[in-house]
Amino acid sequence: MTNQADTAPDQVARLLALVPYLLARGEVRLDDAAAHFDTDAEQIERDLRLLFMTGLSPGLPGDLIEVDLDALEGDRVIRVDNADYLARPVRFSPAEATALVVALRTMVDTAPAEAREVIARTLAKLEEAAGQDGEELLRLHVTPTPLETSAVVPVLESAIAHGHQVEITYHVPSRDRQSTRVVDPRGLARVEDLLYLDAWCHTAGGDRAFRVDRILAATELDTPVADPGARARDLTGGWFTDAETTTVTLRLAPPARWVVEYYPVTGQRPGPDDTVDVDLEVASEEWVTSLLLRLAPHATLLAPDAYAESFTAAARAALSRYDDDGVDS
Amino acid sequence: MVQPRAERLMNLHILLLGAKRFIGKDAIREACYPEHARGPAGDEAFERAFERDKDALRQIGAVIEVGSADAFFDDEIGYRIPTEQTSLPEIRFESDEAAVLGLAAQVWQHATLAKATGRALAKLKGQGVEIDPSRLEVVAPAITADEPAFEPLWDAVGKRRQVSFPYQRADETAPTTRRLQPWGLARSSGRWYVVGLDVDRGAERVFRLSRIVGPVRATGRSGAYDVPPGTDVRAVARRLSPSFPSVRARVRVRQGTGIGLRRRAESVAPIAERPGWDAVVVEGTVHELSDEVLTYGPDVVVEAPESLRDDVVARLRAVVAAAGEDR
Repeated sequence: MTNQADTAPDQVARLLALVPYLLARGEVRLDDAAAHFDTDAEQIERDLRLLFMTGLSPGLPGDLIEVDLDALEGDRVIRVDNADYLARPVRFSPAEATALVVALRTMVDTAPAEAREVIARTLAKLEEAAGQDGEELLRLHVTPTPLETSAVVPVLESAIAHGHQVEITYHVPSRDRQSTRVVDPRGLARVEDLLYLDAWCHTAGGDRAFRVDRILAATELDTPVADPGARARDLTGGWFTDAETTTVTLRLAPPARWVVEYYPVTGQRPGPDDTVDVDLEVASEEWVTSLLLRLAPHATLLAPDAYAESFTAAARAALSRYDDDGVDS
Repeated sequence: MVQPRAERLMNLHILLLGAKRFIGKDAIREACYPEHARGPAGDEAFERAFERDKDALRQIGAVIEVGSADAFFDDEIGYRIPTEQTSLPEIRFESDEAAVLGLAAQVWQHATLAKATGRALAKLKGQGVEIDPSRLEVVAPAITADEPAFEPLWDAVGKRRQVSFPYQRADETAPTTRRLQPWGLARSSGRWYVVGLDVDRGAERVFRLSRIVGPVRATGRSGAYDVPPGTDVRAVARRLSPSFPSVRARVRVRQGTGIGLRRRAESVAPIAERPGWDAVVVEGTVHELSDEVLTYGPDVVVEAPESLRDDVVARLRAVVAAAGEDR
């Protein structure tokens, strides 16, 4: 994000924000100005040298904006004069107002309850400052997913960048167990809608791809990874490529069709009555059972027969819990 | 070199800013564009550069007014930037609010939106706002826009320009070209959608960006259409992910299971009269909770509300009944 070309409008936008700040203070240390605008002193200096060349009626001495270059080079102090007409920053453009306001709206929806009030307060002030552009602020909207607000992702990114090991608490839904393990993270990969952590798992003693939305907690450790040169594997080709898989065929009624979008389906054919038959490569029977339960009664198992028994058995067992509770049959 | 154009843009801005009268094109040319000599070639080069520069200043946030530069003849067009409309209203932020602003800078993972946020924040810093995100213990959401169609569509939304693109739905074998007047973009369930007027169908349509399988081309002029007043892409997003009223459910979860439910539970407490089971309170829609409870099979049992319990039982009965038929 930082390596974008610095265009002329970028530089002008920066200057029109910098000058009001300088004028309000009279005299500012170069390094303080750089810190305030979250940039380096060189950039501020380059911008000031441009400012030195501009002003009212170019070519007529006396009206140009005055920048004290001696003070800048000597004491690294900025003094700007004859620029009172630039005393106020330019208002937000529609694109700027939208980007900032929508960022805050996204935050307010997902922040922990104790932080919501201050975000809402800040948001209200910005919406007011955007003023008549209110309609423009409705052109962009984000409903973030849990993954996008995850506290885990920044930890993983930092560990990958530093070549550090991470300790993760991982939830395995097919067995409905959680475990804590130390892994050497190599990269994050997005496959369809899901984000995976590719890592060497010390507990399992092998390569593993962890679904990030199932990592309940992550802590970056001080210890470096064992093999810093290891490249992330390409996970886009397939999912369980390093596990033994079985092909299952499901018949999906319309309410269960989202499966086609959500999981890597290897084959797909139309079935009777608006259904669709799909083939999936799966690593565990438990996973298929829980998927079928989640889809109940809109999915039926066509193959393999061996899996059908455990699914119906699970459904019967679940139903019997309610019979025990005295629900009418 | 960017220097000369930046210098010219600054001079143009300063020339027009706060001008009491509209400043004629000729005067502008003389003051800021001396490099374009008079004559057909120079005239054309000046017009092009001036158009581009006005556009750049508008994108920085300047409001450029157009009017007659001559009191007696209205054929000379002039320009000015009124100070009041163009200046940022004075906003004061408490220090905790300034921390929120710092976090907002971390939300967009998309270069153009991140840059726009950065510029907006720089203007606030120009007013003296001290931004320090470290004061707030909150993780900012990280929103990406990896689809190549995002950038041209966002640009078209801002300019109100019609676009066309090849689009292929999951149930289609080949893409078709769609023509759209885009109104806005919404992200839901980790996917971007564009909403607008489908020109060929004459009706509002929503398109998923990941199904745009080729380049998005903008056609025609800017400001070619008006977005219907009151259009709110939030409403579109809500339609994409219908949200049903949320209920608070009490479920019985066998110990060591139901991790997903426990993760977001309001409370978890052992049940004295049923050793090995916990009472877990979770919130969600009936539909969501029903799916989730079923996933755990016999390890999770709904106690309340009745609507959720009935839904789960009905779905289980349907499965058992269907299995019975097969025998």
